[in-house]
Amino acid sequence: MKDARMLKRERFTPLTCALLALGLLLTMILCVCVGSVRISFADTVTAVWNALWGLPIPQNIAKNIILNVRLPRVLCVALSGAALSLCGAAMQGLLRNPLADGSTMGVSSGAALGAVIAMATGFTLPGSGYGGIMVTAMAFAFGSLALILSLAFALDRSLATSSIILIGVIYTMFISSVISLIITFASDHTRSLSFWTLGSFSGVNYDQVRLLCLALIVCGFILLRFAPELNAFAIGEDNARHIGVNVKRVKLVILITVSVLIGVCVSISGTVSFVGLVMPHIARMLVGPNHKRLLPASLFSGAIFLLLADLTARTLLSPIELSIGVVTSIVGAAAFVVIFCRTRKGR
Amino acid sequence: MLSGKHVTVRYGDFAAVNDLSFHLEPGQWLMLAGPNGAGKSTLIEAIARGVPYAGAIEWAGRDIRTLKPAQLARNIGVLSQKNAVGYAYTVEEVVGLGRYAYQSGFLSGKDDAGKARIERALELTGLTELRKASMLTLSGGETQRAFLAQVFAQDPQVLILDEPANHLDINYQQHIFSLIQAWLKEPGRAVLSVVHDLSLARRYGTHALLMHRGKCVSQGPVRDVLTPDHLQQVYGMDVYAWMRDMLSQWQ
Repeated sequence: MKDARMLKRERFTPLTCALLALGLLLTMILCVCVGSVRISFADTVTAVWNALWGLPIPQNIAKNIILNVRLPRVLCVALSGAALSLCGAAMQGLLRNPLADGSTMGVSSGAALGAVIAMATGFTLPGSGYGGIMVTAMAFAFGSLALILSLAFALDRSLATSSIILIGVIYTMFISSVISLIITFASDHTRSLSFWTLGSFSGVNYDQVRLLCLALIVCGFILLRFAPELNAFAIGEDNARHIGVNVKRVKLVILITVSVLIGVCVSISGTVSFVGLVMPHIARMLVGPNHKRLLPASLFSGAIFLLLADLTARTLLSPIELSIGVVTSIVGAAAFVVIFCRTRKGR
Repeated sequence: MLSGKHVTVRYGDFAAVNDLSFHLEPGQWLMLAGPNGAGKSTLIEAIARGVPYAGAIEWAGRDIRTLKPAQLARNIGVLSQKNAVGYAYTVEEVVGLGRYAYQSGFLSGKDDAGKARIERALELTGLTELRKASMLTLSGGETQRAFLAQVFAQDPQVLILDEPANHLDINYQQHIFSLIQAWLKEPGRAVLSVVHDLSLARRYGTHALLMHRGKCVSQGPVRDVLTPDHLQQVYGMDVYAWMRDMLSQWQ
């Protein structure tokens, strides 16, 4: 029966996956090439290729800019975009709510509060200038999750999705106010704190790339492993329980995994909004809601989107650099309105 | 095979199900009947472990709270009263999730029977041609059939159905009830369903449990339970006179 109601999901094949990977690679190279100093495509590829295999890099290539400034930044941006988009897709499935992303349950805000406190008080770990921010951000991300789940549990012992969203939204609002208060009183750091809360990848290094990479591999594997359960949750929590999903356990594991990944991202770049909210919608339009396809598609599309957003932030008003969150919010909000209208019309 | 002993479900101080006992044996179709708010759906939610309860619900002599969720799902399939899908999953994807209990876990074997079960479930519910259709485009009746197909694919020994005729036109009501009746003929199977249509209950049920305000009014063979006296007591009206009046409209 040929019917307008029939969906064509055959579009997402291994070839689609390969094309997305190729698109990501080309975007990364573009982002390394373009900036205040223009670098040719050939120079970029040569420098990265030779560095990878330990070969000498020709003198005429701006080795320092490529390998020590732009490459770690591009890798960080791509990994953060992939991680945030993956978390958004998982949260939207788990909570069966298209408006959910990492920030919905307050973890992003919690991590941001931890980082802001560390920056405002100048808290550092001995031997690591950056470690203090990361540790407090992650500690606050975990603390926020524990608090939100405890409050949701106290409200409703079945840990219902609606309770988690409700507590998460209230918690996010409360934390935003606390962050504003800290910024008001931390006059010495106000500019850097404000800039950071809108998201920034300036000054990132390979240590942060390695940390993000490890977090994405471990947490990404766990989330991909839970794709069938996420499908069950996306259809309905009751239905998930009826078909045999261990609802409480799966929900806790996914929430903790998402919190870890968001905590790491926020500790490195600050809060970058809209990636986790919008990119899963675009991926869903391409490959459908099945998480076996949606999670990989979100991962690639999130990385590409954030790379282009970072490129725009760096180059639009060069030499002034915009916060990446400003770009993602403007583009993301507009994209969200278009997606929302198209979805409504399609129904 | 499935029994409840002194089951009580409380929402605060209100007992939605109050000290209720029941039992279901292979080959039986137990109809849960009673007015709105009697506690029928709550009892089903307790069996599906959707609400906490006092007392005991046992499967083959074992407290269902000690069973793993996948273990419970392989034995008991539940069709809810309200089913709605928020994302554009295909009918086939939703029905395929019925096999989750046979596929979950790192140590679970390959689900060889799965594909055939899904095909059979789609065929039984008349959804083969709509297998690639988006769930968002289905009518209420088609959605209900898709979730029924999911329960069939789950291949449990007991079907728990909360208002299975919800959203179905009379043609599909007859089709689905006959289908469940045929499904029940396989040895070792049983059905427990909530129904509001007492004619359907008498036509297809082998046994009935009449509930009122969370308590059991009567339980036993369907024709001993759904009697004028019991129904008068529960519904506060002459149900038989009403049924006769309805039927007379066709004469």
